Amino acid sequence: MISDKVYLDYAASTPVDSRVIDAMLPYFDQHFGNPSSTHFYGQKAEAAIENARETIARALNCNPYEVVFTSCGSESDNLALRGAAWASRQERGADHILISPVEHHAVSHTAQQLADLFEFELEYLPIDEFGMVRPDTVAELLRPSTAIVSVIHANNEIGTLNPIAEIGTVCQEKGVPFHSDSVQGAAHLPVDVQELNVDLLAIGAHKFYGPKGVGALYVREDIKLQPSQTGGSQELGRRAGTQNTPYIVGMGEAFRLVQAEHNQRHDQALAMRIRIIGHVLEEIPDVVLTGHPSERLSNHASFAFKDVDGNNLLMLLDVEGFACSSGSACKTGNPEPSGVLTALGLSPDWGLGSLRVTVGKDTTPLEVDKFLEVLPLAIEKVRKINHR
Amino acid sequence: MKKKTVVVAMSGGVDSSVTAALLKEQGYDVIGMMMRLWSEPGSEAENRCCTVDAMNLARRMAAQLEIPFYAIDAKDVFRKTVVQYFFDGYRQGITPNPCLVCNMHIRWEFLLNRALALGADFMATGHYARLLTADGGRQTAVGSPRSSSFEAIRLQKALDENKDQSYVLHVLKQDQLKHALFPLGDYTKPQVRDLARKFDLPVAERSDSQDLCFLGNGTYAEFLERNAPEVNRPGPMLNSAGEEIGQHRGLAYYTIGQRRGLGIAAPEPLYVIQKDNNKNSLLIGPKESLGRKQLTAREANWISGSPPESPFRAQIKIRYKADFAWGLVTPQSNNGFQIEFDEQLRDITPGQAAVIYNEDICLGGGIIE
Repeated sequence: MISDKVYLDYAASTPVDSRVIDAMLPYFDQHFGNPSSTHFYGQKAEAAIENARETIARALNCNPYEVVFTSCGSESDNLALRGAAWASRQERGADHILISPVEHHAVSHTAQQLADLFEFELEYLPIDEFGMVRPDTVAELLRPSTAIVSVIHANNEIGTLNPIAEIGTVCQEKGVPFHSDSVQGAAHLPVDVQELNVDLLAIGAHKFYGPKGVGALYVREDIKLQPSQTGGSQELGRRAGTQNTPYIVGMGEAFRLVQAEHNQRHDQALAMRIRIIGHVLEEIPDVVLTGHPSERLSNHASFAFKDVDGNNLLMLLDVEGFACSSGSACKTGNPEPSGVLTALGLSPDWGLGSLRVTVGKDTTPLEVDKFLEVLPLAIEKVRKINHR
Repeated sequence: MKKKTVVVAMSGGVDSSVTAALLKEQGYDVIGMMMRLWSEPGSEAENRCCTVDAMNLARRMAAQLEIPFYAIDAKDVFRKTVVQYFFDGYRQGITPNPCLVCNMHIRWEFLLNRALALGADFMATGHYARLLTADGGRQTAVGSPRSSSFEAIRLQKALDENKDQSYVLHVLKQDQLKHALFPLGDYTKPQVRDLARKFDLPVAERSDSQDLCFLGNGTYAEFLERNAPEVNRPGPMLNSAGEEIGQHRGLAYYTIGQRRGLGIAAPEPLYVIQKDNNKNSLLIGPKESLGRKQLTAREANWISGSPPESPFRAQIKIRYKADFAWGLVTPQSNNGFQIEFDEQLRDITPGQAAVIYNEDICLGGGIIE
């Protein structure tokens, strides 16, 4: 990492762990075979993929054949929504989709497309002020014709955790497939799919020190899924295309390390998160914490500042050497209040001024201190620009 | 000594890319910024200054130069100032020059404020013009502490007269100029293209931008029809005797001195002489009626910060691409001035700027009434 810069955007992506890189390297040139091939080369690649599947299945507490490898977390979400919606319609004529209003676009835009092009009825669950879904509201809105329910495990923008296990129970009682996007969650929380009562669960490797470009979807054995990508019979016909052996190996190793080092990573992140939230709320005027104060990702602090342009703030922080993120920020300079913050009921003079600070296993308390020194000054400066 | 920081307003084009490369080579800490400007709803991809392609190109330039790059949203402020000014101008029957307003309020106010807030000492653009300090020194030297002693900065024409853009910069004030750098003022366009090749910038062969950025691919008239239809009201064409000799399609379609497209059969060629917005009429006449020797300008800006006290002879440009014309400039108390030209000029156009030069120094200018 570049030495004079401080990276505080681990929810966006993480550096690949050197142990992960080591595990991946042989699969680029030595064991490069097509995993579907009969010969020695193919067998080497296939064995590596099945090892990774086994590792991930163990962490998820499921059977290996219930793990489908994809190209990223977003693809996993796409496959879950589209695949289950299509299959539910085919099986039992179901045409109703129920999601939270604070889903990642990978879920919400897929659901919207299913509504626009495939005549599904899309309905949104209510949320509370922290962006959390209550299980009883799911029970109220579930219909016999519901094709799929999707609720995000841990929100990427505001960090709030949802009561996935309870929602899962509600869905199970009604026999409706339940998907959870755990692309953020799986990097920080135990993801035992038996305890979470989910039928589908999406993860992506680059959120937990694995490479970009690889993800997985847990698909419970008895859940019918139409493939959204068709072709060869890889992944038991649920996702066609030659598997990306080195990346899958990398994800397996990275996910193994998440489990092995969970407690240490969690405690270290939590201490820094508590310090960031406490300091910002005490030192900076006109700020609110977005998301739940305690039921949130251990590494995740998010705020909304009144009269602050999030783009200007990120730019200023970047020049000072701090890499953060904002729900409203966009690299093309096209800011819109984020859908998540709007769903929380934030007005535009607050909604444009969001800031997300996410720490990781390489973040030091000293870096956090440096950041907390600079942030109040940066906010003050950005507010001045806003008033010009 | 701490390096001076300069924000370069980038566009993905040759000029701003070379500007950034030159400043980086001169030892500045360089930051690239690019504004996302307003486009007509439905043709967002077409704003020529800031298409997705141009933005990506600028981003690649910045990456190659190893400088940070930020996109700045300026859609609202651009719409409210520049585009509104354009509509209002045509509503008043004048031919507005939105580039002047953009330089005044968007580049050198909105963007400059952001650059300064970021801690920059200077902002640079790829304009062809030069700045001189009172002692005659060039203002491109690294770390020259220009803001410390207040001596009026002068705006000088570019070395390359063909590319000189001092015309659109005459609106700048000392407060803006003291933070401004125009590194290209000392180069010709072919030299700048050579520099682009030397710096290995893949934009060396890109063509120059033309016309108004927010018009997209259409014409002024089509744009106005869609966005300010009330501007295009048909009305009478009158001769000097006040007789109606035809119908015009809307004043915005015509410019002073225009000969083609009038659709009137007459024994001699006829020209657009004047627009009367109150009566929505277009005055048409022979070539002899066209010339004028005087103009009055308002909203004057004098680069030095204060208006001259007495009349003086100078060279004047009445459009960006016009030739220089000699005349006597008489400052007026209402922040305007009058010009009596030595010879008649055929295309004095209300809404354009009259910009005044003493040899190669731009003294200021104002909007022609």
